Amino acid sequence: MVSRIHFRPWQILGLKLLIHSLCIGWAGTTYYQAVTDQLGGDPVKAILHFTGISAFNLLLMSLCMSPLAKYFRQAQFIRFRRLLGLYAFLFAILHLLSYLLFELQLEWGMLISEIIKRPYITVGMIAWLLLMVLTLTSTQSIQRKLGRRWQKLHNWVYLAACLIALHYIWSVKSDIVQPALYIAMLAVLLGLRKDKLLKPLQAIRRKISTRA
Amino acid sequence: MLIKVPKASQCSENDVTDEAIYLKRRQLLKQMGFIGAGALLAGSPGVQAINLFGDDDETAFNTRELTYSQQDSAQTLTPESKVISHNNFYEFGTDKTDPKENAQGLNVDPWQLRVDGLVEKPFTLGFEDLFSSFELQERIYRMRCVEAWSMVIPWIGIPLQSLLNRAAPLSKGKYVAFETLYDPEQMPGQRNPFIGGGIDYPYVEGLRLDEAMHPLTILAVGLYGKSLPPQNGAPIRLVVPWKYGFKSIKSIVSIRLVEKQPPTSWNLLAANEYGFYANVNPNVDHPRWSQARERRITKGGLFSSNRIDTQLFNGYDEVAPLYRGMDLKRFY
Repeated sequence: MVSRIHFRPWQILGLKLLIHSLCIGWAGTTYYQAVTDQLGGDPVKAILHFTGISAFNLLLMSLCMSPLAKYFRQAQFIRFRRLLGLYAFLFAILHLLSYLLFELQLEWGMLISEIIKRPYITVGMIAWLLLMVLTLTSTQSIQRKLGRRWQKLHNWVYLAACLIALHYIWSVKSDIVQPALYIAMLAVLLGLRKDKLLKPLQAIRRKISTRA
Repeated sequence: MLIKVPKASQCSENDVTDEAIYLKRRQLLKQMGFIGAGALLAGSPGVQAINLFGDDDETAFNTRELTYSQQDSAQTLTPESKVISHNNFYEFGTDKTDPKENAQGLNVDPWQLRVDGLVEKPFTLGFEDLFSSFELQERIYRMRCVEAWSMVIPWIGIPLQSLLNRAAPLSKGKYVAFETLYDPEQMPGQRNPFIGGGIDYPYVEGLRLDEAMHPLTILAVGLYGKSLPPQNGAPIRLVVPWKYGFKSIKSIVSIRLVEKQPPTSWNLLAANEYGFYANVNPNVDHPRWSQARERRITKGGLFSSNRIDTQLFNGYDEVAPLYRGMDLKRFY
């Protein structure tokens, strides 16, 4: 029997403040170190890796919230899900901006040709666009307006997460240990939702069998 | 997260000798007439006592000052602090900072470098022989990594040609095969494939004999005036400046003349991405990223990032005749 967790309003506020200050503080400190040349031999590479991996971490944390809510039978966990997801996209914005600004040094033609030519950048860009759509439709008023379709739309987050994992493992030279660990974590989080994720497949199967 | 609070004793960036002064150091020493006095001081216990307050936990590995003929260059050097802290040496881990962290205990003395295979006079060099058998020369070379970053490094070494000539290659020898030390006890990446990036150790590399005999090809035993630190391939490593960095094999224990093209580590791991030749070529992309540009690692942070065009053969046009008539897109 799992003991029930209950957050008081000030605890929720406190946790949200903690998430805000950790994300902003962490990003601020790391960028400061990069600008002042305290981030190793290649600060550009370091900042790209930092922003990318932080975005992925936050997205995975956001995907932890509904399983936690189910496990502890406490819907309050859902209240952190959007905040974590929004910070995931914020780091994704920093990732893309840093790539454009420091890696490509605003060579726009190169950006376009790299997105087309490099599969790992293509999938990263698709994931980025998906996260952008989810961010733009994350307000409560849009959620109310879209009703059941909102959940359907936001199920695209699973595809985005898979594309990010692919983007990561595809970008490394041969040190696949860390990306492989991330893929394992993502697999667990998707595994917890297997009924939901397999539903469309079952619907198709049913259609085929009724036709036959 | 690492928040870096520098110790009072730690050198900051502006303590590092400016390259301009570094390049004039011999002249400066001569002007001050201190060469002899410095040599006397080096062995005195007083210097060691002073050194106790120095930065000795940073450099647990002992490097030595080298004597060599100097080269002038107008190129902006990559600061020494970056040359010795941003390394690929998967035997010590796959992160750029891993080699500096994990390699300081590498035991390089005694060392044995065996030169054999299809030669008339095979021989072995011990640790001291590496520094005394041939005249040491400084070579300031650009180093272009296959990951699209580059440095300018003042190496100290010997032309590979001199070493091979001493062994007197037989006419059957067409290629040169190199091998890194295999010592899993000292090299965590060789013990554990999760640390070593999946490479099948020992690391092996190879050159065609004419590439090996080219005057630009050297075996380096030092950089920035001192013997090599382990993360840069102590005590002896190859430097082939017109090829991607992974060709420049580190901590070499064997050099063999062979008849057929020898296997090379990165080619064995991913033949579609890394060829035997691995000449720097902006027109032949890595399958997953572009090779048209590179980031030159100099001093300064994010906003001084320095992206430049990559040049064919890394700008060493004099090697072009070696590849006359070859399709460089096929033999990448």
